[in-house]
Amino acid sequence: MSASNPLISWFRVFQAGALAVAVCFSLGATDAGSRFNDLGHRLMCTCGCAQMLGECNHVGCQESGRERDELKAAIDKGSSDKEILASFAAKYGATVLAAPTTQGFDLVAWIAPFAVFAAALLGTVLLVRRWSVGRTLAEAPLADPATQSLREQIRRETGSGEDGGF
Amino acid sequence: MATFGSLALLIALALAAWNLLAGALALRLIATGQQASISPERLADTARRAGIAGFAAVTAAAFALVWSVFSNDFSIAYILEHSNRALPAAYKFSALWSGQEGSLLLWAWLLGAYGFVLRLTHKRDVKLYSYAGAILAGIQVFFLAILNFPASPFALLPGYQPGGPLPADGNGLNPLLQYPEMVIHPPMLYLGYVGFSVPFAFALGALMMRYPGEKWIKITRVWTLWTWLFLTLGIFLGMHWAYAVLGWGGYWSWDPVENASFMPWLTGTAFLHSVMMQEKKGMMKGWNVWLIFSTFLLTLLGTLLTRAGLVSSVHAFAQSSIGTWFLIFMGIVLAVCIFTYILHRDHLKSEHHLESLVSRESSFLFNNLVLLAACFLILWGTLFPILSEYVVGNKVTVGAPWYNREAIPIGLFLLFLTGVGPLLPWRSTSLRAIRRNFVVPIAVLWVTVAVCLGVGVRPWKDGAVDSGNLYALVAFALSAAVLAAIGSEFLRGAQVIAKQSGRGLIWGKIQLIRRNTRRYGGYIVHIGVVIVIVGLAGAAFDRNAESELSLNDKLAVAPYSLLQVGASQDSNANYNSEFALLDVYRGGKRLLQMSPEKRVFLASEQPETRVAIHSVPGWDLYVVYEGTNPATGQPIIKAFIKPLVSWIWAGVALMCLGTLVALVPSVKPAAAKGGRS
Repeated sequence: MSASNPLISWFRVFQAGALAVAVCFSLGATDAGSRFNDLGHRLMCTCGCAQMLGECNHVGCQESGRERDELKAAIDKGSSDKEILASFAAKYGATVLAAPTTQGFDLVAWIAPFAVFAAALLGTVLLVRRWSVGRTLAEAPLADPATQSLREQIRRETGSGEDGGF
Repeated sequence: MATFGSLALLIALALAAWNLLAGALALRLIATGQQASISPERLADTARRAGIAGFAAVTAAAFALVWSVFSNDFSIAYILEHSNRALPAAYKFSALWSGQEGSLLLWAWLLGAYGFVLRLTHKRDVKLYSYAGAILAGIQVFFLAILNFPASPFALLPGYQPGGPLPADGNGLNPLLQYPEMVIHPPMLYLGYVGFSVPFAFALGALMMRYPGEKWIKITRVWTLWTWLFLTLGIFLGMHWAYAVLGWGGYWSWDPVENASFMPWLTGTAFLHSVMMQEKKGMMKGWNVWLIFSTFLLTLLGTLLTRAGLVSSVHAFAQSSIGTWFLIFMGIVLAVCIFTYILHRDHLKSEHHLESLVSRESSFLFNNLVLLAACFLILWGTLFPILSEYVVGNKVTVGAPWYNREAIPIGLFLLFLTGVGPLLPWRSTSLRAIRRNFVVPIAVLWVTVAVCLGVGVRPWKDGAVDSGNLYALVAFALSAAVLAAIGSEFLRGAQVIAKQSGRGLIWGKIQLIRRNTRRYGGYIVHIGVVIVIVGLAGAAFDRNAESELSLNDKLAVAPYSLLQVGASQDSNANYNSEFALLDVYRGGKRLLQMSPEKRVFLASEQPETRVAIHSVPGWDLYVVYEGTNPATGQPIIKAFIKPLVSWIWAGVALMCLGTLVALVPSVKPAAAKGGRS
């Protein structure tokens, strides 16, 4: 019993910490001004100017003024970010969202670049490791000695002799 | 003049076709040793001369178009669409590249100019230059075919008969293009785009003839560096133009046309790095060949994307039929590249392999990987709307929020490698050497983190993670570490020279750069990149305020206060303008007067913003006249504080300086000493 007490104490500390972090994160999105600014940069102006709603600077642009009013009204009404974005997408089409959603095929847009990068990174690390291990096992050159010697001569004669650089 | 221009283009096409066919036949005869009625060397020389004459013909066509603009020849549809009588002379000249047909003519002219220089210097290596010249001629045939058929810049107005009535005036140049930088930005960008044709031609030619050694790389290095410099300048001039003219407070919006210019820049940068591995160690030969092939193909892809109407862009050249032409040409180029690679891939076998994961070689490899990942990311983001529409029938927008979230981590990783790479020795390293080289940069990194946290750059806000601040903090810390790493490299070398010569440290640094301009020019470029990144990270702290301002009203945007002291109008033959006069105060003291402006161009009836910018090293005060409130008639002013923007332009200047240093031949230590005495 005495052995478990410190564990329980640590668990409670961890719980309190996690709760504090969760509270902090949930507090972050409550300010109406910052929500308007944030959502204004997650929506596009629909007038065809290809700018985000929060950045559209066309005075007299009927579209951005109306969209901004709708956004303000939705925030004042207490709708969540998700509900607001969904209502805009339903009214103006998916192109009103400045970025793909994280559902369905849209998710591929978010995942693919990092998946490709991670795969390429892993592949490169494995390849280099294989080369370095292979080299310690067999120190044989990749080309025959005569070719190797000719290539070195060509490099010496045509190279700049500088140590790296553009 | 339209007839003269059309004829010049037709002659240019015939000469380019002769250049290609005669050049290819001559090289074939030389390769196979077959006998023919004309000596292959002579045939190759006629091909070369046809290339030179072709440049003269394209120059004549370009001259004809410029002449037509200046003489207001509105019988030519292109002139009617892109010029008007009151257009200032400098902008009349820039009408050459303001539309699709004219910009393609500029492309062909620049390609001709590059080919002209290449053909004049052919004695450096006659055979290799013949291959490269024939390949360039093949590219030129494509562009001249487009200019002669689907996109002629000399097409007359529909239904126009010589001597018949003409429109009194043209539609005028797009107002967004009526800005001094627009006279320089497109030619720079095109010099970069078109310039990559030259290293592509050399790489393909060298592979076709199984060129021994790496001399072709030495030859193309200068071309590639100039091309990279032009493309860099073109991209950043475009950023500065967007910043000063569009009036939304930013400089990069991840528009498909911007992306199209950035992708070949990324692969070109990767090529400049990995080619060092081939020069020094005979490694990554196949990789380098494909990097330069990809760079060239990306220049074509960017053109296809934005001119075929496949993706929507604010820089639209509108939809046209030339997309199919580009698609077919890209298919041919790709097929030729694949076929040549398969045929000669044994020639590209590496002479060495990497020996360690922690070495200069592997840092180049990872640097290439990150640059290509960034390129893939941008290509993916640009094409995803098309893909989504094709797969699920739903078109989506892939805008700045997506790019910022996906690209910034990759960019920061690249920044990390920029610092790490130069600190690693070739082949392999020991833990002790790593500790010795990295202790200063790591210490600087943590000191910067502490200082940033101390001055209020905190990665949280109101209890939530602030991703903008978090990225900015990481960017500042890594930038400081990279600068420390590069600085220590400079210092180490300069100290040795200063000690040997008995001169000061600054003299030692100058000598260090002179003795290895490539290496230290490269480091200066890296310093420039770091400074640009610091400038970009400043965007996390942007602030703005907007208000309708009557006379004597104030708008506060810390640390400034703007007082409206007047609003007026002006007009000339080209445009009407409205502007506000704003006195800028700081700490109660009047600093200056700014006058942001809105112009409406008479010919096109389109508006344009002229932003007023007050730049200091720490930030820009960026003031936009958004127009007048129709209800009150009072001006609406939006003011931004944009931290560290001037660092971006300063960083670019350093990048250009570093590239120029790298282009200067190094001086041998003995000569350097001699020069001193």
